[in-house]
Amino acid sequence: MNPPVHNTRVSRAFFALLRRDLLLAFRRRTELLLPVMFLLVVVSLFPLGIGPEPALLGRIAPGVLWIAALLATVISLESLFRSDFEDGTLEQYVISGHPLTVIVLAKILAHWLVAGLPLVLMSPLLAIWMNLPRPSMGVMVASLALATPILSFIGAIGAGLTVSLRRGGQLLSLLVFPLYVPVLIVATGGIMAAADGLPYGAFLGLLTAGLIASLTLAPFAAAAALKISLS
Amino acid sequence: MNTRPGKNAFVVFIHKLGSPPWFYQFAGKLIPWFWALFIVLTLGGLYLGLFDSPADYQQGESVRIMYIHVPAAWMSMLIYGAMAVMGFVALVWRIRMMEILAMSSAPIGAAFTLAALISGSLWGRPTWGTYWVWDARLTSELVLLFLFIGVMALYHAFDEPRKAARAACLLALVGLVNLPIIHFSVKWWNTLHQGSSISATDSTIHPSMLWPLLIMAVATKFFYAANVLTRARVVLLEQDVRKAWVQDAIDKKTTPLQKEGSDS
Repeated sequence: MNPPVHNTRVSRAFFALLRRDLLLAFRRRTELLLPVMFLLVVVSLFPLGIGPEPALLGRIAPGVLWIAALLATVISLESLFRSDFEDGTLEQYVISGHPLTVIVLAKILAHWLVAGLPLVLMSPLLAIWMNLPRPSMGVMVASLALATPILSFIGAIGAGLTVSLRRGGQLLSLLVFPLYVPVLIVATGGIMAAADGLPYGAFLGLLTAGLIASLTLAPFAAAAALKISLS
Repeated sequence: MNTRPGKNAFVVFIHKLGSPPWFYQFAGKLIPWFWALFIVLTLGGLYLGLFDSPADYQQGESVRIMYIHVPAAWMSMLIYGAMAVMGFVALVWRIRMMEILAMSSAPIGAAFTLAALISGSLWGRPTWGTYWVWDARLTSELVLLFLFIGVMALYHAFDEPRKAARAACLLALVGLVNLPIIHFSVKWWNTLHQGSSISATDSTIHPSMLWPLLIMAVATKFFYAANVLTRARVVLLEQDVRKAWVQDAIDKKTTPLQKEGSDS
């Protein structure tokens, strides 16, 4: 087989799948808004539960925003492979001859564009709500932009493992939240450092490292997980 | 013995262990020895630790919790590692015995983790003045417990045992990759977000305290070995209940089935 031709085919499959998933998502616009609405509602509960004191809200803002982002991501991840699994499309992917890893990568990327990116874009508004200190605003957006893809990558492994289970949602949270601990720590640590006027470059560097590591490793694990689920 | 040329006896032995009837018999022979060694070592270690070692000049008598706590914490990490490595072997070479052993390890590891957490907080009450501190090591141990629970929950969520084991083995493997990252990030978080609540004493441990600790550490290994083999035997009997070798085993000796049921 001629390698370049093969590569073209794989990349064509990748972009076709990406386009298909994005198209499907945009045909269901209300579902598209759900993660963002979820984030809005969850974050707004914190001032109601804790009290409107601006200093306190500003202190807990990084943690609140990030935990809300974790929850929103996990809830949207449950449906990552669900419909493809139920209508048999997933099996077609497996027998298509294209590496399942590439297909999974396309699906994760589409998922992040639909469910992760809106969270990033929405976050400045929420940060103002939560009275996040102004100097850390940029770091907060950067941390979300760098690390919500990590959540999608790691979460895809859990979604692949639980896709064949009837009620996988809670189990999925149980599986992936412990794996999200480092992301949560580093991201909120960076935002807090920026709020205190400390250097935050190392935090963003670590998140970038995590992004690269999860980009290169997680699709293989998620593909293996899907193959187990399909067996 | 059909030892083919070019394959030494050890390789043949390893291959044989992959066969359920062979494993069942072999494990059955080992288990009593492991239990015996565990009991002897534990009694010795606990005697040395509880009666024949001095109290700590700072912590007083509560230092004796260490003889349970530290081996349990070591075992929790060792068993997670062992489970993930066995899971890797199970996934790559599709060895059913390895799947069963990895999944039989999970509850034992979770129990050791829980024991480490509970003994740690009991020790923390007199020493730190509180049952729970978000100390780096306690927090890492807590996350480890969550990882064990995740593996067990996934294993029990499937109806098909082999599919369940393969999925849970993959999760264990993902957790193993993540574990060092979790450990270091938690350590870092602890120094970043709050002042350190304890300072690990750098003083070297006195031999009278070291020996019971080491003996207990070895004893817990035998406990794990005996326990995991017992569990694996029960799982084998359950899964292969319709196969001839299980009938043979039951005919020969009925006791294995009367042992406490596995985690089905």
